[in-house]
Amino acid sequence: MSEHPEPYDSPQHRDETAIAGMWLFLASEILLFGGLFLIFVVYSHSHAAGWALGVRHTSLVIGGINTVLLLTSSMVYILGVEAARNGNARGIIQAGLGAAALGMTFLCLKGWEWHTEFGEHLFPGPGFAIGGPQAGGAQLFYSFYFLSTALHGLHMLVGIGLIAWVCLRTYRGRGRLLQVMPVEVVGLYWSFVDLVWILLFPVLYLIGRV
Amino acid sequence: MAPISGPDTTQRSYLWQDGTVRSWLLTTDHKRIALLYMASITAFFVLGSVGAALIRLHLISPTGAILSDATYSRMFTMHGIVMVWLFLVPSIPVTLGNFLVPLMLGAKDLAFPRLNLISWYLFIMAGALVVYGLFRGGLETGWTFYTPLSTDYTQGRVLPVVAGVFLSGFSSIATGVNFIISIHQLRAPGLTWYRLPLMLWALYATSVIFVLATPVLSITLLLLAFEHFFHVGVFDPALGGDPLLFQHLFWFYSHPAVYIMILPGMGVVSEVVSTFCHKPVFGYRFVAWSSISIAAIGFLVWGHHMFVAGTSLYAAVVFSMLSFLVSVPSAIKVFNWLGTMHGGAIRLDAPMLYAMGFIGLFTVGGLTGLFLASLASDVHLTQTYFVVAHFHYIMVGGMVSAYFAGLHYWWPKITGRMYPEMWGRTAAALLFFGFNLTFFPQFILGYEGMPRRYATYPAQFQVLNVLSSAGASILALAYILPLIYFTWSLFRGAPATDNPWQATGLEWRTSSPPPVENFITPPVVTHEAYDYAALDHPDTAQRAEAPHV
Amino acid sequence: MSWLPEASAHASRVDILLAGLLLISLAVLGLVFGLMMLNIIRFRVGSRVPVSAEMVAHKSWRFEIGWTATTLAIFFMLFLWAARLYVVGFQPPPGAIQIYVTGKQWMWKAQYPGGQREINALHVPMGRPVQLLLTSEDVIHDFSIPVLRIKHDVLPGRYQSLWFTATQAGAFRFYCTQFCGIGHSRMTGTLIVLTPTDYARWLGQTPASGSLATKGEALFIHNGCSGCHVSQPYAPGADDTSRAPSMVGLYGSEVTGADGQRMRVDNAFLHDAILHIGAARGQVVTYATRMPSYRGVLGEEDLAALIAYLQTLSPSRSSGMGVSAVSARKGD
Repeated sequence: MSEHPEPYDSPQHRDETAIAGMWLFLASEILLFGGLFLIFVVYSHSHAAGWALGVRHTSLVIGGINTVLLLTSSMVYILGVEAARNGNARGIIQAGLGAAALGMTFLCLKGWEWHTEFGEHLFPGPGFAIGGPQAGGAQLFYSFYFLSTALHGLHMLVGIGLIAWVCLRTYRGRGRLLQVMPVEVVGLYWSFVDLVWILLFPVLYLIGRV
Repeated sequence: MAPISGPDTTQRSYLWQDGTVRSWLLTTDHKRIALLYMASITAFFVLGSVGAALIRLHLISPTGAILSDATYSRMFTMHGIVMVWLFLVPSIPVTLGNFLVPLMLGAKDLAFPRLNLISWYLFIMAGALVVYGLFRGGLETGWTFYTPLSTDYTQGRVLPVVAGVFLSGFSSIATGVNFIISIHQLRAPGLTWYRLPLMLWALYATSVIFVLATPVLSITLLLLAFEHFFHVGVFDPALGGDPLLFQHLFWFYSHPAVYIMILPGMGVVSEVVSTFCHKPVFGYRFVAWSSISIAAIGFLVWGHHMFVAGTSLYAAVVFSMLSFLVSVPSAIKVFNWLGTMHGGAIRLDAPMLYAMGFIGLFTVGGLTGLFLASLASDVHLTQTYFVVAHFHYIMVGGMVSAYFAGLHYWWPKITGRMYPEMWGRTAAALLFFGFNLTFFPQFILGYEGMPRRYATYPAQFQVLNVLSSAGASILALAYILPLIYFTWSLFRGAPATDNPWQATGLEWRTSSPPPVENFITPPVVTHEAYDYAALDHPDTAQRAEAPHV
Repeated sequence: MSWLPEASAHASRVDILLAGLLLISLAVLGLVFGLMMLNIIRFRVGSRVPVSAEMVAHKSWRFEIGWTATTLAIFFMLFLWAARLYVVGFQPPPGAIQIYVTGKQWMWKAQYPGGQREINALHVPMGRPVQLLLTSEDVIHDFSIPVLRIKHDVLPGRYQSLWFTATQAGAFRFYCTQFCGIGHSRMTGTLIVLTPTDYARWLGQTPASGSLATKGEALFIHNGCSGCHVSQPYAPGADDTSRAPSMVGLYGSEVTGADGQRMRVDNAFLHDAILHIGAARGQVVTYATRMPSYRGVLGEEDLAALIAYLQTLSPSRSSGMGVSAVSARKGD
C-alpha cells in the first residue's frame, strides 16, 4: 500500500479517533439488530401462542450455559485490556486466548444445538415438526431464532478473529512499545457481541416459556 | 491569503506522484480514492441512463415499441437499482465528499484512510454482483423488492442483486463513519463547528443517515433472502407473516435514503451560490441546522409511502403531518439561498447555472411532494406517473444538477485544468430544458391516472409520452456533452489557478491540483466561513494569519 | 383540471384540493423564480449596488422566523384539509352494495351479491354507495379508479375496503397500480356506471349460478361447516350447545379475543377465522371441538360466498359494515 501521510497529530489523537470510530460502528450495528428485534416485537405479539410454543421447544440448558460462557469470556477479555494498560504483553495474550476459547466453546455448543434442532425438524418449511393451529407462529419464531443466532454467530466469528489478530500482533511486537488501542477497540466489539446475546437470550429462551 | 504551496507543486501533485496502476489501486489517498469512485459511478450512471433511454424509447408507442413486457420490467428494475444504489446514494459523498472533506477540514486525509479504500472495493464488488444479477437473468420486482412478489413469485436473480445491494450498504456505512469521525477529530486549529463550510454540515447529516439507516436495509435484505430461499413465512401471509412488515422496514431505510441523495446536493449548492454571489450564505446557522433537522425528521416519515397500503388510519394521519414538517427545513434552505443572492455580486458561470437549476427544479419537486404528503390527493396520485415525475425532479433535477454543479466548480481543483466555460453553460441550459420537457408531462400523465411501471398503456396517453421521450433525448445530450469536454479538458484544458473562483474554503488555499499531503503547511483558520472581506483585503487578512504564511 | 372526468362527489372534492395545492405551488414557484430573476438582474457583476453584509446579518433572524412560520402555517392547513377528505374513505355508508373483487396475476374477478361474476369489468349503479371488498390470491396488487380519485392496495390473505358513490354514467378504466409481475400492465379493466334501471336490467341479463349467498350455503354444507355450526338459533333446551357457536346473529356482533379485546365480527374477521390467520385466530376457545384451518381448501371466491351466506343469517346488520374503520391489526 503506498504510504500516504497519516492525518493524525499524535499517537494519542490516532487512538482516540479509532475508538470513536468503533463506537460509531457499534451504533450502526445496534440498528442492524434493531431491525431484527422489530420482527420479534411484532410477531411475538400477533402470534403470541405459537411464538410461546416455539420458545418452549428451545434448549434452556444450552442457552443458559452459553450465556454464562459469554459473560465469562467478556470478563476475561477485560483482564486483557487491564494488562495492556499496564504494559503486560503476556497478560494480553493469555486473556485473549482465554476469551477466544470460551467464545469457541459457545459456538460449538450453539452448533450442537442447531444440529439437534435440525434433527427434530424445527427448521421452518415443509415438514416442520410443530403442527396444529399454532404452527404458523412457531415457524415465525424459528425463523427469527435461526436468523438471529446465525447473525450473532457470525459476529462471534468476527470477534474471535479480531481477538486472534490482537494476540498475534502482541506476540510479534514483543519488546516494542505496547499499543493499548487495538486491544481496547476489539474489547468494545467483543462486549457488544456479548450485549446482543444478553438481549437475545431472554427473547429466545425465556419470554413465553412459563 | 496567498495559496500555501511551493513552486514545484505540479511535480508533487497527487495526480502524478506515482503513475503506476498498482499505486492507484492500493492508494489510501482520499483524493485518488475519490477519482476511483468517480470513474466507477460514472460507469454505473451510463449504465442506468442506457436503461432509462430504452424505457423512454419503448414508451413512444402505447403497445410498447421495442421490448417485451418481461424485458421492460427487468429494464426499469435495472434502471432503479443501478441509479439508486450505484449512483445516487454514493454520488456526491464518495466523489466530491471524499475529495473535499479533508481539504475543507485542513487535514491530510480522512480519519480512516484504509477503511476508505476498503469501502471502494466493497462498492465495486457490490456493483459487479448487481450487474451480474441484472444481466444474467435479470430481476422483475422493481427496485422496491416488495414481498411476496420478490420472495415467492419471481424467477429473477434475487440473490446476486440483493447481495450486491447489501454489500453497497457496508460501503456506505464505512464512508459515513469516516466522514463523521473526520469532522469530529480532524478539524484544523481554529476551525470551529460554526466555521465549517455548509457542505460539511450537509455531509455530516448525510453520514448520520448512512450509519443509522443503512443497517436496517441490510437486515431487511437478509430477511428477504432468507424468505426467498426457505419460504419460512416471515413476509408471507399464507404462512402467517405480514407483507406490510417488509414495506415498513424497507421504507425505514429508503425514505431517509432520499435525504442521503439530496442533502449533499444542498451542501454543494450552498457553496456554489455563496461563491458566485461573492457573499456569505444568508442565515448560515439556519442552513446548517436545517440539514441536521432534515436528517432527524427524515427518520420519522417512512409511512407516507404506504397511505394506500392498508396501514391504519391513525398511522396515515401522523405520517402525513410529519411529512409536511420535514419539508419546512427544505423551504428554509431555498429561501436562504435566495437571500444569499440578494445584494451579492452574481456571476453566471456554469456551476452557478447548475445551482440555480437545482433551486428551481428542487422547488418544483418539493412542492409536488406536498401533493403526495396530503392524504386525499396522495390516494389519487400515488403509484402513478405523478410520483415518477416528483422523485425525478428531486433526484435528477435536484441531485444530478447539484452533482454537475459541484463537478464544474471543483474540477479545476481536482484536475488542475479549467473546463471550457461556454460548453459548460450550454450543457447546464440543456439539462434544465431537457429535464423539464422529459418530466413535466409526467405530472399530467399521473393526474390522468397513468400507472407507473406499465409496459403498455391506453392510447389517450401517447402524446404526453412522446413529449417526454423527446425531452429524454435532449437530456441525454446534456449528459454526453460534459463527458466529452471534461475528458478534453483533462488533456487540453487551460491550467487552473489555485483559486479560480475567488472562493473562501480551505480547499482553495492549496495548489490545483493539491499536493499529496494536501497542504504544505497545515492551515490555521482565523475567519468565519465565507469571509469574503478577508479574501478581498488580503493585507488585513495576512496580518491576522502571519504565523503560517 | 377537468379533462379527467369526475365521476363522484369525492372526485370533485379531491380536484378542489388539488387545485388549491396547485395554486399555492404556483405562487411559491412564482416567488422563487421571480426573486431569482430579480436578483440576477439587479445584482449580477457590473451593477453598482454595494454589498452590505452587516445590514443583512441584522435582519436575518426576523426573516428566518417569518418564512419558517408562514411555511408551517400553510402546511398545517393543507394537512388538515387533505386528512379530512381521506378519513371519509374509511367509513362506508350503511346500505352499500358489497362487491367482492379478487386480484390475481394478472386479472380482476368481481362477484356480486346476486351471484353474477365478471372478469376485468365492474358494473355499478349510479347514485348508490358501493363497497368493494378487495383481496388477492397471490402478490400485492392495487385497485385504482382514477375517475373516482381512489385506490387501495390489495393484499393476499385479508380484505381491504374501498367505497364510492358514482354520479356519472359511462365506461371508465380501472388499473392495477402496484407492480405485480411482468403482466402488470395487462391488469386493467372497465368500470361501467349504469343508471339504476340499466343496472337492474344488467343484473337480470347476466347469468348467475345462484346468488352468492346460495352458493355459500352449498359450500357451508359441502365443506362440513354445518356439521358443527348450526344455522338456526339453538332451541332453549338444546342439549349440545358446546360444539361450536351458532352462526345466527353472529355477523355484526362482538366477540372477545384472546387478549381480552372486543372484536366486531365483520368480513375480515370471518375470513381470517376460517383460515386461522390474523387477529381472529386468537379467539377464546370455549367449545369442545377445535375448528381446522381451511387454508388451501377454500379459495378467495369460496370465502366471499361463505361470508355472504353468513351475512344472510344476521339480517338486521348485514350491510354497510364490511371492514370496520380502523381494524388495525397487529403488525400494520
